[in-house]
Amino acid sequence: MKIPLSYSIRNLWTRRLTTVITATGMALVVFVFAAILMLVQGLQQTLVQTGSEDNLIVIRRASGSEVQSSVDRYQASIVEADPAVSIGTDGERFLVKEIVVLITLQKKGGSGPSSVTIRGVTEKSLKLRPQVKLIRGRLPNAGSTEIMVGQSVLRRFDGVAMGESLRFGTRDWTVVGVFDAGNSGFNSEIWGDSDQLMQAFRRPAYSSILFRLRDHNEFDDVKARLQSDPRLTVDIKREVRYYEEQSEMMAKFLRILGISITVIFSLGAIIGAMITMYTSVANRVGEIGTLRALGFQRASILGAFLVEALLLGLAGGLAGLISASLMRFISISTVNFQTFSELEFSFALNLEIVSLALAFSLIMGFIGGVLPAIRASRMNIVDALRES
Amino acid sequence: MYVLKILFKNALRHKLRTTLTVVGITIAILAFGLLRTVITTWYMGVEASAANRLWTRNSVSLIFPLPIAYKDKIRQVEGVKSVSHATWFGGIYIDEKNFFAQFAVEPKTYMEAFSEYYTPPEQKAALLRDRKGAVAGRKLAQRYGWKIGDTIILKGTIYPGNWEFVLRGIYEGTRKDADETVFFFHWDYLNETLKKTSPGREDLVGSFIVITKSPDIVADVAQRIDSLFKNSLAETLTETEKAFVLGFISMSDTIITAIELVSFVVIAIILAVVANTMAMTARERIGEYAILKTLGFGWFKIGGLIFGESMIITMMGCAFGIGLTFPIADAFGEAMGQYFPAFNVTLETIYMDIAASILVGLLAAIIPSWHAITTPVADGLRRIG
Repeated sequence: MKIPLSYSIRNLWTRRLTTVITATGMALVVFVFAAILMLVQGLQQTLVQTGSEDNLIVIRRASGSEVQSSVDRYQASIVEADPAVSIGTDGERFLVKEIVVLITLQKKGGSGPSSVTIRGVTEKSLKLRPQVKLIRGRLPNAGSTEIMVGQSVLRRFDGVAMGESLRFGTRDWTVVGVFDAGNSGFNSEIWGDSDQLMQAFRRPAYSSILFRLRDHNEFDDVKARLQSDPRLTVDIKREVRYYEEQSEMMAKFLRILGISITVIFSLGAIIGAMITMYTSVANRVGEIGTLRALGFQRASILGAFLVEALLLGLAGGLAGLISASLMRFISISTVNFQTFSELEFSFALNLEIVSLALAFSLIMGFIGGVLPAIRASRMNIVDALRES
Repeated sequence: MYVLKILFKNALRHKLRTTLTVVGITIAILAFGLLRTVITTWYMGVEASAANRLWTRNSVSLIFPLPIAYKDKIRQVEGVKSVSHATWFGGIYIDEKNFFAQFAVEPKTYMEAFSEYYTPPEQKAALLRDRKGAVAGRKLAQRYGWKIGDTIILKGTIYPGNWEFVLRGIYEGTRKDADETVFFFHWDYLNETLKKTSPGREDLVGSFIVITKSPDIVADVAQRIDSLFKNSLAETLTETEKAFVLGFISMSDTIITAIELVSFVVIAIILAVVANTMAMTARERIGEYAILKTLGFGWFKIGGLIFGESMIITMMGCAFGIGLTFPIADAFGEAMGQYFPAFNVTLETIYMDIAASILVGLLAAIIPSWHAITTPVADGLRRIG
C-alpha cells in the first residue's frame, strides 16, 4: 500500500518557512550550476557560429591564431592559385587575404582600456561571411581610411559612434558604418580596408587567408597539398574548427571553476536538505508510528520521505533554473586569453542544461533525504507510538 | 560564564543537526575563503608593482613592437635612472596547455630592474656568459622538474621555429607576492636568429621598463617619454607598472565580478542553512521561551539566547573553515599553478571570513528571535512539541 503523494506535498506546505529556506539554498546552487553551463554554452555557440563549415582558413604554421600569424604575399599567391578555391559566376575567386591586429580602446563608463580586434578586409570578406550585415551607414570605400564597427563594439566602447574617428597608425580613421554579425564573434570587431591597414601598420604580410572550398569533401586533399608544399609554412583548418579551438582554453577554465564551485556549494545545500528532513522525521515520530500501525509498510514510509526530499530538491531546481533562464537577456564581454581580444557573448540555454540542472537538483534532494528516510522507515512501531 | 554554558548546552541538544550545520558553515567559509583568494591573487600583480617602475609600450596596442633605438633616447630623458626591455615570446613548451610567461630580455638590466627576483651571483654570471642561457622562476622550475644545465625547447608561435635554451639559473622571489613563474632569456639570441630567419623583424622590442630616480616624478617622466615620440611611426604610451597591470585586469573584470558574485552566493546559501536550523530550534522551544518569560526574563535575555546560540554555531564552523583554508589553498594553488602564479591566503581574506560568519550568525537569528519574543506567553505554553 502506497502513501499518497499529497501527504508529502502537504508536509512540505505545513512547514512553509523551512521548506522555502531550504529550497532557496538549493535554488542558489542550481542557479550557479546552470548559469556557468549556460556561459560555456554561450561562448562556444558564439565562436562556432562565427565560422562556416565550407570556409577554410590558412595561417602561419604553429601560430595558433590570426593575431600571431603572418603569411607573406608570395605564399598568399600560391594559396590563391590552388584549384580547390571556389570560383564565382563572375570568374572571381572566393578568397580574401586579411590582416588582423589589435588596438586599444577605452571602454564606456571609464572602466579602463581593452583590446579590440581590427580586421583589414576586402569587399569579398562580406560574401564569405553572409552572417555579417550592414545595419547603418555604408561600407567603407576601398582604398580609404574608413572603418565600420561591429554592434557590440559600438555598444561597449567610447569614440566609435558613426562619424567619429579613431587615431592609430598615424592616421585618422572615420567610422562610416555599423554592422551586425548575428550571434558571432565578428560583432566584437572593427573592419577597414586591408591594404590601407597594412600600410598604416607597416606590415608587409597578411595575417590569414580565408577561402571557400569548391567541394565540401575536398578538405583533406587541399590540406595535404598545401601543407606538403615546400614553399609554404602554413596550417590550414576549417573555419568552424579554428574558432572552436579559440574558445577551448576559456571554456575549460570556466568549466573547471564552475564544476568545483557547484560541487562545494551543493555540499552546503545537501546539508541544508538533510537538516530539514531529519527534523521533519524527528517531529513526526508519532505520526510515523500511526502510519505503521495502520498497516503501511516500511518501504512506503521510506518512499514517502524520499518523495518529500525529491520534491524539495525539484522546487529548488525549478526556482534556480527559472532565475538562471533570466540570465539569457544579459550578455557578457571579456577578453579571450587565447586571442587577447574582447569578445561578447551571452548565456545560452539548451535542453541538455535544463535536464542536467534538474537532475542535479533531484540528486541533491535524494542525497539529503535518503538517510533521514531510512531512519524513518526503521522505526519500531511501539517505540514510535510511545514517543508522542 | 554561566550564560556560555547554557548556550553550549542548547547548541548541543540536537547533536546531529548542530554537527551538520557546523559542517555546512565550514564548507561555505572554506569556499568563500578560496574564492576571495582567487580574487586577491588576480590583483596580486597590482600589489607587487614597484612605485618607480614605468612601462613604455606602443600606443596602438601591446602587439605592436617598438624599435630598440628608443632605448638610448629614453635613457637621456630627465629623471630616468635605467632602462631595460622585455619582449613577450609566447612559445609553447611541449604542449599548448603548459602555459607560462616567457620574455626575451636584456638580462643584466632586467635583473637590476626587477630587484624582487633573486638569482644567485654565480648563476647570474653563467647566464651572462651564455647567449642561449635562460632563467626560470623557482615554481616554474619545480612544476616541470627543471634543473640547472637542462636544455629547454620552446616552439615559437610569434617567432617561428624551435628555440633551444639552456637553463642557467633559477630565481627566487624576495617577497611573498613576487611572481615565481617567469621564464626569461637573452633578447640578443632572439634578435640574432631573427636577422637570419626573418629579416625585417629584427631590432624590435615589446616594451621598455624604465626605472625613475624617485617614485615622485613618475608622472613627469612618463609624459616626457611620450612627448619625445609623438608623431613618430611608433608612438609610445608610458604607464606606471600599477596602471599597466590594472589594464590587464580590467580586460578580464567580468570574470572577476562573476567570481565575486558567486562568493557572496555561497554566503547566501549558508545563511539559508543556518537560518533554517535556528528557525527549527526556536520553533521547538517556543514553550520553553514562554516559561522563561513567565519567570520574568525580559525579551532581551530570550533574544540573547537565540542570537548567542546562532553565533556559537557559526563561529565554530568559521574556525574549522579558516583552519582548513590554508592546507586546501596550498593544494589548490598547486593544481591550478598554470593559471595562478602564487596562491597565498591573505589576512584580509581571514577578516572577511570572520565578518561573513558574524553576519550570517546575526541574520539567521533575527526571524526566530522575533517569533520567540512576540509569541504571547499563553500561546507559547499551549504549544506542544
